[in-house]
This record gives sequence, C-alpha cells and structure tokens, in this order.
Amino acid sequence: MHSRRHFIKALVLSASIAAIGAPLGAHAADTIKVGILHSLSGTMAISETALKNTALLAIEEINANGGVLGKQLEPVVVDPASDWPLFSEKARQLISQDKVAVVFGCWTSVSRKSVNPVFKELNGLLFYPVQYEGEELEKNVFYTGAAPNQQAIPAVEYLLSEEGGAAKRFVLLGTDYVYPRTTNKILRAFLHAKGVKNEDIYEEYTPFGHSDYQTIIANIKKFAAAGKKTAVVSTINGDSNVPFYKELGNAGLKATDVPVVAFSVGEEELRGVDTKPLIGHLAAWNYFESLKNPTNDAFIAKYKDWAKKNGVPNADSVVTNDPMEATYVGINLWKQAVEKAGTTDTDKVIAALSGQTFKAPSGFTLTLDKTNHHLHKPVFIGEVRADGQFDVVWKTKAPIRAQPWSPYIAGNESKQGL
Amino acid sequence: MKFLSNFVFRLGLWCAAMALAVSAHAAVHPDTLVGFAGDFSGRIAAIEALGAEGGDDARRILDALEAGNLGVIDNRVLIVEGDTVLDAASGEAVTDILASEVDTLTVNNRIRRALSSARAALILISGSQPERLAAANTLGESASPTLLPLFERALAAEEDASVRAVLIRAAARVNLTDPDPTLRRKAAQDLGSVTDPAVRNLLAALVGKTGEGSAATWAEPDASVREAAAESLRAIDRRITLAQSTGTIFTGLSLGSILLLAALGLAITYGVMGVINMAHGELLMVGAYATFVVQGLFRTYLPNWIDAYVIVALPVAFTIAALVGVVMERLVLRHLYGRPLESLLATWGLSLVLIQAARVIFGPQNLELANPTWMSGGIDLGAGVVLPFNRIVIIFFAGFVLLLLWMMMQKTRLGMFVRAVTQNRAMAGCVGVPTARVDTLAFAIGSGVAGLGGVALSQIANVGPAMGQGYIVDAFMVVVLGGVGQLAGAVWAALGLGVVSKFLEGWAGAVIAKILVLLFIIIFIQKRPQGIFALKGRFADD
Amino acid sequence: MRTPLTLRLLQSTPRSGWLALAIFAAVAWIGVPLAHLVVPEGHPLYLSAYTVSLVGKILCYMVVAVAMDLIWGYAGILSLGHGLFFALGGYAFGMYLMRQIGRDGSYGADLPDFMVFLDWKELPWYWLGSDSFLWAIFLTMALPGVVAFIFGYFAFRSRIKGVYFSIITQALTYAAMLLFFRNETGFGGNNGFTDFKRILGFDITSGATRVVLFALSATLLMLCLILGRYLIRSRFGRVLASIRDAESRVMFIGYNPLHYKLFIWTLSAILCGLAGALYVPQVGIINPSEMSPANSIEIAVWVAVGGRGTLIGAVIGAGIVSLAKSFFTVTVPEYWPFFLGGIFIVVTLYLPNGVVGLWRRLWAQRKATDAAPAEDPTPAAAIKGATA
Repeated sequence: MHSRRHFIKALVLSASIAAIGAPLGAHAADTIKVGILHSLSGTMAISETALKNTALLAIEEINANGGVLGKQLEPVVVDPASDWPLFSEKARQLISQDKVAVVFGCWTSVSRKSVNPVFKELNGLLFYPVQYEGEELEKNVFYTGAAPNQQAIPAVEYLLSEEGGAAKRFVLLGTDYVYPRTTNKILRAFLHAKGVKNEDIYEEYTPFGHSDYQTIIANIKKFAAAGKKTAVVSTINGDSNVPFYKELGNAGLKATDVPVVAFSVGEEELRGVDTKPLIGHLAAWNYFESLKNPTNDAFIAKYKDWAKKNGVPNADSVVTNDPMEATYVGINLWKQAVEKAGTTDTDKVIAALSGQTFKAPSGFTLTLDKTNHHLHKPVFIGEVRADGQFDVVWKTKAPIRAQPWSPYIAGNESKQGL
Repeated sequence: MKFLSNFVFRLGLWCAAMALAVSAHAAVHPDTLVGFAGDFSGRIAAIEALGAEGGDDARRILDALEAGNLGVIDNRVLIVEGDTVLDAASGEAVTDILASEVDTLTVNNRIRRALSSARAALILISGSQPERLAAANTLGESASPTLLPLFERALAAEEDASVRAVLIRAAARVNLTDPDPTLRRKAAQDLGSVTDPAVRNLLAALVGKTGEGSAATWAEPDASVREAAAESLRAIDRRITLAQSTGTIFTGLSLGSILLLAALGLAITYGVMGVINMAHGELLMVGAYATFVVQGLFRTYLPNWIDAYVIVALPVAFTIAALVGVVMERLVLRHLYGRPLESLLATWGLSLVLIQAARVIFGPQNLELANPTWMSGGIDLGAGVVLPFNRIVIIFFAGFVLLLLWMMMQKTRLGMFVRAVTQNRAMAGCVGVPTARVDTLAFAIGSGVAGLGGVALSQIANVGPAMGQGYIVDAFMVVVLGGVGQLAGAVWAALGLGVVSKFLEGWAGAVIAKILVLLFIIIFIQKRPQGIFALKGRFADD
Repeated sequence: MRTPLTLRLLQSTPRSGWLALAIFAAVAWIGVPLAHLVVPEGHPLYLSAYTVSLVGKILCYMVVAVAMDLIWGYAGILSLGHGLFFALGGYAFGMYLMRQIGRDGSYGADLPDFMVFLDWKELPWYWLGSDSFLWAIFLTMALPGVVAFIFGYFAFRSRIKGVYFSIITQALTYAAMLLFFRNETGFGGNNGFTDFKRILGFDITSGATRVVLFALSATLLMLCLILGRYLIRSRFGRVLASIRDAESRVMFIGYNPLHYKLFIWTLSAILCGLAGALYVPQVGIINPSEMSPANSIEIAVWVAVGGRGTLIGAVIGAGIVSLAKSFFTVTVPEYWPFFLGGIFIVVTLYLPNGVVGLWRRLWAQRKATDAAPAEDPTPAAAIKGATA
C-alpha cells in the first residue's frame, strides 16, 4: 500500500511550493531594481531580445554615470517565453517579489493586455516601447512607441501625395490580430475621409506564422490590375515578413509599380531578408538607424560596442531600430523623472514624468505628453536600400502629439488623456 | 507584356523635343539642371528634360542620380565620386567644395520611375535588341497619349519583330481613344494578343454601356469597333483564365512540394522505427543553418561563385543533419524503441534544446539567405501570374529527392532491409537483418533528407531558430494521411493537401482553408485509420 | 449485495489517504486564507498574492495532469489535444467574466470591448446566457464534454489508436486554435479575454476572491483524486487497464471498449474544462495560444515526468515542471530551455515511471538493504515495488 506515502508527499510538495513562493527576504537597499520583461525564447524572442540588450546597455550607461539618486540600477531580467499568462505572472513577481521600481517590457499587444491589470492592481510602472494600435490609456503605463497617428496615418498620407506616387487604391494586408485590425480600421476611415471608396480598398488577413504568400500576392496583382495606382499597407507581423518579401521579389512586384509600406518591418527584420529585390519598398517609423546626427551616431556606436563586449551572436552585424530607440528613451526619461521626484515612488514618478524631455537618437528632442503618457514623436518614411538600411524620403518637421484614441474610430471623440 | 501599368508621365514635352533633338552634345546646358536644386516636381522636370536632351552626358547625370551621387549646394548641381567632386553640367572637377559637404539628393520611387522611363526612352531608339525590348516593355506599361509620338518614331525605325509587336500593342492602347474609328478598330484587334488584365479592363469598358436605364448609351459608338473589342476580350479572357488556373495549380504544387520535403524524412523515420520525432522540424532548421554557413563561406572566400552556394549546401546540409540525426538516435531514441509515445516526449525535449542552441549560437534573429540569380525572378505567364524560379526549382528538387529515395528503398540492399524492418521488425531480425544498424542508417537518411528540405525552405521562407515549428504539424498530417512508411502515400498526401489548400484559400481565405484541411484530415482518418496506403501485412493488434 | 456508493468511495482511499487529504484541505481552506489575509505583510508566514496565484495556477495544472493521467496512464490513450478542453472551459467561463465587466470597459458599452471595436451591434447567438453564472458553470463542463464525446465517439468507433489518435487530437486543437485566432469568430481573436473586473459581483483582484479561487482549485484537485482513485479501483478501472494492455482480448471476452474509452475520455475533458474555468480568473487572461499543440504536449510531459499510471505522479509532475519553468525563466532566462528539455530527455530515458517510479525504486532498495543482513536481498520486492 503506497497511498499514505503519496499523500504525505503531496503535502510536502504543496508545502514546498508555498515555501518557494514565499518572500525571499530583504534585499540590499543601495540599489534600485529595474525589471526587464522581454521574451528571450519562443516566437517573440526574435524581436524582443534586442530590446533586452538595449535596456541593459542603457542601465549600464546610467550606472557608469553615477546611477540614479546616488544608487546603482540593478536589472532583473526574466523570460516570459512568449507565453501570455506567463507575462502576467512574471510582472506580478517583478513588482511584488523583486520590488522593482519600474518595468521595461512587452512587445505584442496581447502581452501588454495581459500585464495591464497587474500593473494597475499593484500600482507598478511599465514602459512599453513598441508602436501599437492605441485605444488604450493606462495610468501605470507609459507608451514610448508610436500611436497610429504617429506612424500609420502619415505613411498613408505620403502614399496619397504626389511625391509618394499618388496612390488611389489600397491593399490593407495584415496578420490577424488586434494591431493590424485596429490600424486598418483607422486607415479605412481615414481613406474614406480622403475620398477613397470601399471598392478601392482590399483588406486581407493571414494567420500568425503564415508562410505561403503565393495566393495573396496573386490577389494583390489582380487587384492592382484594375487600372488605378495601387499601394499596399502591410501590418504583417514577425516571421511572416520574410516569405512575404521573398515572394514579392520573385513575383516581380516592384516598388515602382506597387509600393509596399510596412509598419512592423525595421532594420532587425530586414536582417533576415535579401533586400536587393526590395529596393524602394517603404517603412514608416519614428527612428531609423540610417539617420545622421551625433546622438544617433553615439547610440549606434554604444550598442555595437556593447554587443561585442557581451558576446551577442553576429555582433558585427547588429543593427538598431525603432523599438530599441524607444526603450533607450524610456529608460532615460524614467531616470530623469526619478531624479526630479527624488524618489522611485510610482505616483510621484508618474507625476514627474509628465513633460519630461530627452534628446533622442532620432535627432529630435522628444517630450512626454503632459496628459496622455505618450511621446511626441517625429515620423520618418524610409525606402529600403540594398544594404538592409532605409533611406529617409520624407519626414515631419516637428514631433507630432500622439492620439491614442483615434478620431477615426466612432465614440472616441470625447476621450482625451487620463 | 507585363501585368501592370497606369502611370501618367508628363513626358510629352521631352518626347516632342526628342524628335528634334540634336545628338552629340558636348555638355549639358546648366539651365537643364536648375530643377534639381528646386522642389520635388522640379527634380522630376529636370529628369524629363535630361531625357529630352539625350546623349552621354545626360546619361552620366542620370546614372549619378540613381546611384545617389548627385548633390546640390547653393544651386550648384554636383556629382560626388568618392572624394572628388565634379560639376554635373560640365563634368569638370570642382576644387572649392569637399565631397563630405555635399548633401546628395534622395531617390524615391517617383524619381526612380521617372528615371527608368527617361532611360527607356533613350534606349528605345539607340540600344541593342534586348535593351530595346526591355525599354519597349517598360514604356508600354505606362502607355499614354504623350508617348504616342515616341512609339510611332520608334516603330518607323524598328526592324526587330518582337520589339515591333510590343510597340504596336503599346501604340494600340493609346489609339483605343483615337477619334478615328478605323484606328480604334485596328487597335482593338491588335490588343487581342495581350494577356494584361489592365488592357482587358480598357476593352471591357468599350463594350459596355454608360448611363442608367433607357438613357444608357454605348461607351463605344461604332458597332464594328465594339465587335472587334468583344472578340479580343474573349481571347484575352481565355488566356487570363488559363494563366490563372495554371497559377493556382502551380501554387498548390509548390506548397505540396514543400510539404513533401518536410515530411519525406519523417515518413522514413516514423515508418521504420515508429518513433514520433518531434525534433524533425529542427532537423529542417539544421539544414537551413548549414546553408547559411555555406553562403557565408562563399561570400568570404569565393564571392565569384556565390551562385553555386545552394548546390554546395546540399551535401553539406545532408551530412550535418544526418550527423545530428545519428547522435539523436544513438544517444536517445535507441533506448526508446517500442515506446513511441515516450519517444515523442524525449524528442520534444530535444527540439527545445536544439532551438535554444541555435538561438544562443546564431542569435534569435532571422538569417538572411539570398536567392542565387538563377533562382530569382520567374516565368511570366501574363495576367499577373508569375511562376517564380525558386519555386519551380524546389518542385523539381522535391521530385529528385523522391526519386533518389525511391531508388534507395527499392534497388539497394539497405532499402530492402529498411522495408523489411518497417513491415515486421521481429521477423526481419530473425532472418538476420541487423535491425539496430538499419535503424541508425534509416534515421541518418531520414534526417539528411530533412536537411535537404531545410536547404529548399531557406530559399523561400525565413530561417530562424523556431522555423521548424511551423512545419512539424503539417509534416505529421502528411505522414498520417499518406500511411506510415509509404513514400507513395506521402507524395499523394503532400501534393493533395497542397493543391486542396490553395484552391480553398482562393475561395475562403488562408485561415478557413487551413481549418478545413485539418478537419478533412480528421474525418479522413476515421474512414481510413491507416492512411491512404495502409501497410499490407498481418496485424492482429498494434 | 452491492455496497452503497458512498461506502465504496470511502473504501477506495485508505484511511491514511483521507488523513492526508484532510490536512491538505485544512491548509488550503484555512491555512492559506489566514496566511494571505490575516498575517501581516513581512511576517515570515505571510503568503503574497503572487504565491497564492502561482500555486492556484499550478493546482489547476495539476487537475489537468490528473485528467490526462486518467486517459493516458489508465486507458493508454495519449491525447495531444487536451489543451483544447482546458481552453474551452476557460473560454466558457471567460465569457461570463467578460459580461461581468459590464460598462466598465474602455468603451463603456454593454458589449465586450473587442465587439464594440469590430462594430458588432449585438451579442452573437452563442453568447446567449453568458451573463448567468450557472449557465457559465454548465457550459464549462458541457462544452468540452460534448466536443470530446463527439470526437471520441467517431475516433474510438473507427478504432483509431496510438500515434494516429495522438496526431489527430493535435490536428483538432490546432484547427480550434486557428479558429479562435480569427477575430470574426467572436472570442476576441489573439487577445482573447482579459481585463476581468469581478466575479459574482466580487472584485476579482481582492485577496478574499483570490483565496476563494485558490480553495476551489484545491477542492477540485482533491475531488479529482478521490474520483480518480475510486474509478481506477473499481471494476470499470480494471476493464480500462485491460483495454490499455490488450484491447483485442477484451473485445473477444465480450466487452465493448468503445463505452469504456468514451466515458473516461469525456470525463477527462470535463475535468480539464473545470480546471480551465478556475485557471482563467486566477491568471487573468485566456487566449487561443492555450490551444497550441505545444501546450498540449506539455501536459503530457507533466504526466510523464511525474510517472504515468499513478495519480499522485501526475500531480507531482505538473508541480515539478511548472515550478521548474517559473524558477529557470528567472534564474537562467536565456538557458532555461536547455534545462527543461534536458529534464524531459533524462526522465524519459532513465525514469520510465517518472519521479514516482524513481522514488519507489529507491525506497525498495533501501528496504532491501535494511533487510539484507537477515535475508537474501529480494529483487522480486524491487520489481514488485516498481510495478505496483
């Protein structure tokens, strides 16, 4: 009869489970802990690993300059493994067990949605560095990526302009999740406002990880054959971009015929593609590595050094991109706010953050909005070059204020700020 | 004729000028270049003007612009070549300005398009035959009334039949709107040999009515023109339908060939040993990474032979994947024979380890693999249907791998052993087949084939640590649908799934197509639990 | 005369087992609530919200593992699609939680946010009744149950077995995942359900709610163990085991395996659904990636690590693997797949009966060495211990 042993073991087990979870004791008071919540394994590791690196670089840099409030920053890196429930568990752990002062993390919308309630409940502070769909404003979250009006709308305006090719028909192509859906909904309303009719808009979604774009490219060609200048707006996400662009190149859709403007393709994604057939296709971001200014030159040099020093694979070919810049800016804004507030207390830091400015690698001095937790950001439109970088062909004169609640979505008119 | 056209170029000015142009300028007049210092439309105008001037100097400046070497300082238009700065108009060196001071002009899609038209117009008159043909195609796509004089002038001088045909069709597109009905009828007839949906739309507009109800009038007043247009329309529609159905079948075959390459290795290992190898996808990944390494070596040491890297990668990928397979078999799977469900878990662990190993060694980002030139581009069937060379090559490659495997299985002693072990392991052992060695070899071959599949995948899909995960479920479906240990079954299953998915996708979209295919497999297995081709043999219980 | 059911239930578990269950119940129902709600923060006995939710989540996993063990360990059917039933239960209850948000969503509408956003004007028909708690509970069991019943009926009737069955369950969950990923399906697409506010009117983030959910998860686990124990020791369980070991022979004797398999399969799915329903309010999100084939494989891994064919093994396996994942993802964030993958390989290679098997072997060896001076070391005892 073994059952007694079983149940005793069960007891021991549950006790030990409880023990592991119990508080790990007091921690050193001479450092400030900073959580980094980016997937280092699973499907999102491809994008998020570079953000973890950037965050570590920024923390190292701040520490080398004397830290914050006289204390060194101590990064706490965890791996939520592209598993959304794990994101909320790890967020809870960072805030309530590790007692971090701030968390930098998340990439996908679903991971942000998964952690939002945790940050709200425990009054934590999250910096989210990726361009996203808007329709959200949380007291505990600062959004250092672009809202739709800081990326999607200027890009489509450019396509409509004489200079951008005066497109009359639009293919809205995306991966089936909330960011492409929202962005395309906003764009459709925006295009209607510009006089583009529904029959001149073709919207199509593919599942995650879709790798066969033959049918879709054939459909785009059919659509483009109708006789008006056509452009493709792509919100295809992650790995699917490589097969999409390869198919595009081989099917002979050139940028001079049907330009594709992408919102999720940057320098890091293009590392996985042979860009020679893609010259001239577009991307819209708030930062490009190819921007020439002293701040950016220094940023790139620092990152390349850091990558070499820390043995990042393929360190000689690392690139910087928009979400990395947003991470870097976010950490520095937080540092300034903590210094202004004189404490890491969440509410005081949130108050101190409003109106903070920082000279960003994009060459502009970015301001954190006083009410809506988003950055005022410049918009650049770049064309793909043969070396995988972007040539900036258009940019805004000054940073634009974010509209997280898009005026192109019904019911948002009354919403502004927190 | 290519698939798309509709650009309206304001080229009339220089087309007319071209007819009068005096050839052989000594240099470009500086006034022509003033536009470059101005705004965007000024630059386009300057490009057009350069095209109108013609000559080597114009070409030199256009080349510099395209290469991003043309710059402007204080209204002076300059060409930067390395450290030297030249005056664009005269071509003479400028000494008072440093190369680093010159801000070069941005080339965007509009400029690039204007450039290619200007270039095509220059070439259409003076280039070699292939150059003229390409130029005629480029201009033909954007046929507009302003280009008509150029077409007519070129037609007058052109002797090559293929270039003439393109030019006649280009001119016909413009003439469709000519006030003279004879010209219109001729144009409608000429366009019957086109397979361009854009032209089809032009013709379709002619045979339709405009206006509402009884007030509607024919868009084309002349009945004979309408008749000619309708006839051409029918011919075009026939060809478009043909091209598009060929295209759909091709996409299905292509998807099927990829599924087949992903599943062939699995069919062997699964068939012989009954081992569910969840790390099979990672063997594909190993093959693709091997291709990446070979490409890197070629780029460093044999840059002139870069186009051959895919060929060299084949044996390399096969060997490395086979070695990984042997290690897996010897260290892990060997101990799990007869316990297929446990082997599933162990190989799942192996797959986690292999993925993370790739991530740590090569980094988490996707790797860039360029198609060699002979695998770039494709066969244009018209109607927007292009059969890309990389996919064609992969279809043939899948057939080739299949043939090799079939020969191995049917014609060699090892193949006979493999078949024997697949059918009845105990009996094969009794009659002296060294089952353990056959297992190792079969696993090595299956893994090596997966490596070959990885090479093929690297040419169309992304290469990253988790790339194998995207294929593993599909590969299992192919093997199960086809019947265990059956090459023929795997072939039918892969091609069938490929073509069916593509037809469904055209009808219902990618997601629903995938769901329907999976449901179909589930239902099919109910009817034929052993797959399309069940193993023949005596099974009381398994 | 047959003994009454209650008595048989009582007899199926020995007295020591009941004692252990009672202690476990006391900890879960009294100890944890006290430690979380009454003990002040900072006190060594204080249980943080993090710990309570983490352990609560793992308790749900343990229920799933037991359900998996019932079909894999005792009926020899390996399902690679159990994540589907778990997720279906989660979605069924998630619908209720979404309705409980009421007008507190970011659009302040009656419909869930994602529906407002897709311009839906009214709830689709399958959301009917989703505002009723009782209906949600019913759906939590009925939905996975019905899906499992239909699928199982056809699959078992066609005598699909072994690897084939595993692969088509994988196809089933994969197809369902793709379906739920679609925004048009009406379940929030990739984002799924999140941002829950309350349950039966109680604030979902409050300590009391958390403790109640925890206690419910523990109760469900105990019920599963008792029920499982009862089933496998009954005549039904013995028929099931013989189907696992020699299905044809069982058929020749005159039993119809279909009924037995179908019953345990459907029961297993319902238990998964209940676990899913308790899981969702504790982790605060349900999305289609719960249905990914990888997640379902992980469930099988829990059982294999713990030791299949023993209920306690499934519980231990789920605990060990989940804790290892939580632990390694923090301590060695970039290398944890090596450890986890390594564990799977080592366990399947060297611990065919899992951790429980190892424990028994060690125990038997110790007994043998203790007894050695007096009598012969008995390998038979070791074997008996390992196979019991």
